Amino acid sequence: MKAYLTRRYLFSASHRLHNPAMSAEQNRSTYGKCNNPHGHGHNYVLEISVSGQVNQATGMVCNLVELDTFVQNAILERYGHENLNMLPEFGHKVPTTENLCMTIYEILQRGFVLAHLERVKLEETMMNSFEYAGEGNRMIS
Amino acid sequence: MVYLTRKAEFSASHYYHNPEFSPEENRRVFGKCNNPNGHGHNYTLEVTVKGEVDPQSGFVVDLKDLKEVLNQEVLDAFDHRFLNKEVPEFLDRIPTTENLAIAVWQRLAPKLKAAQLHRVRVYETPDLFVDFYGEA
Repeated sequence: MKAYLTRRYLFSASHRLHNPAMSAEQNRSTYGKCNNPHGHGHNYVLEISVSGQVNQATGMVCNLVELDTFVQNAILERYGHENLNMLPEFGHKVPTTENLCMTIYEILQRGFVLAHLERVKLEETMMNSFEYAGEGNRMIS
Repeated sequence: MVYLTRKAEFSASHYYHNPEFSPEENRRVFGKCNNPNGHGHNYTLEVTVKGEVDPQSGFVVDLKDLKEVLNQEVLDAFDHRFLNKEVPEFLDRIPTTENLAIAVWQRLAPKLKAAQLHRVRVYETPDLFVDFYGEA
């Protein structure tokens, strides 16, 4: 039987929203406060949903320890307490939470093979969050 | 079609163990959860039903009826119990959050009259939950 498992993680990072292809004025009008050259930070809440048949022998979709270990090594250690603008993946991409959400989805999609990745949700603050389920995929709710 | 979600809470203990595994395998697969004395959680249950809004009552489902079914079929059986020892489904099935969501679905689906069960979500902790939508 197919079940969906969701796990939440927390990391803190800083960023600045700025596109060098736009003028200073355009950057300010597009990104507002987020364009402050010194950057600012968030406590991000990352919600990862995976799915699969429940293994009869273990009662699990996938072993949580293995999911936690992968997320810890590939995501939390990479982004936790970092300035996102300094990382190579955001060298030519604005580290909006949309882009970070999609980047995290790609990391999981490539590297975590023990269950089917359904969706990545990233909360930037308690008031706004972003979700990505892959190109063209509809989210199940 | 309108979706309605009712929440409930229950507290229970469990442990993970497959008698077909060796003790080492059980420890390796289930880690701390393999402690045979059990450990507990405050579970939060979310039951979502769907249906057309009845023009007379304005309801998808009478919440009082849903609450009664939920209490009788699930909470009375699970709340303040040792799941492995006191809930029939888990005498031979490991009470993981996945299997709990499936068991809740199987208990509720045949008892709901007006509305159709859409989703069962079981939170083991605020940071871990499982969704079940019925047999795919």
